[in-house]
Amino acid sequence: MKARVHVMLKSGVLDPQGEAVRHALGSMGFDGVEAVRQGKVIELDLAETDADKAKATVTEMCEKLLANTVIESYSVELA
Amino acid sequence: MHAAVIVFPGSNCDRDLAVAFERAGARVSMVWHKNTDLPQGVDVVGVPGGFSYGDYLRCGAIAANSPICRSVIAHADKGGYVLGVCNGFQILTETGILPGALLRNAGLKYVCKPVGLKVATSDSAFTQGYAAGSTITVPIAHHDGNYYADAATLERLAAEDRIAFTYTENPNGSARDIAGILSENRRVLGMMPHPERMAEPLQGGTDGAALFTGVMGALERA
Repeated sequence: MKARVHVMLKSGVLDPQGEAVRHALGSMGFDGVEAVRQGKVIELDLAETDADKAKATVTEMCEKLLANTVIESYSVELA
Repeated sequence: MHAAVIVFPGSNCDRDLAVAFERAGARVSMVWHKNTDLPQGVDVVGVPGGFSYGDYLRCGAIAANSPICRSVIAHADKGGYVLGVCNGFQILTETGILPGALLRNAGLKYVCKPVGLKVATSDSAFTQGYAAGSTITVPIAHHDGNYYADAATLERLAAEDRIAFTYTENPNGSARDIAGILSENRRVLGMMPHPERMAEPLQGGTDGAALFTGVMGALERA
């Protein structure tokens, strides 16, 4: 079973990289981009076949390693 | 006095940190990240700067979950002294030993230069050799040194006098100009600037040396 984890800086935490991308888009002529937030996607191939168990395990992975919950939020998608 | 300096793949300030501890009178053991235990009788643990595990995922995240870090956490929990410099500070926040996190510098640039630091408190083994309010010069060299914590945590750090150093001119966007903070028991210090790079005259200054002699002095008196 595959899992996809999205990790984003929490709203309220300044994202300087997103800001830099927003500036670059503006200078390239893409008007009206009011905000850019940059995150990451982590894909996992799991041996687990039970969706509930997989979700619980990946959530634990997020809490312990994949995200830093002081500054980041995460979501888990199974496929 | 026995200091242990942790060595991760990608650490690059471990030897400098060891020399600074040695010059302050410590016997130093270098401890590889795959070890599960610190040497017997270690008084102070140094977590060095560098790019542990290539800074993959987040700076310090993988190091914080390495075998030796469990022992470093246990050492801190028992009231042992820990100094984390630069990547070491990032690792200590990732373990949860120190609160907050280090974000990408607000200016997005890697900043490598000597900076002015205000000693915000002299109430710790690490900072007792400095006069509170005095200014020292110590180099920084980081890309992710922008200290972040939520408003309640920042308030608490200030109220408990746990901000150890602040920048005289904020180089990275850190909340409240924070360059270094102390744990609740004041025995764990995490800081982005490198005191070990300003610890003997050949390095261009000695403002960092008192930090190492300070903690050695506290251990001698204990």
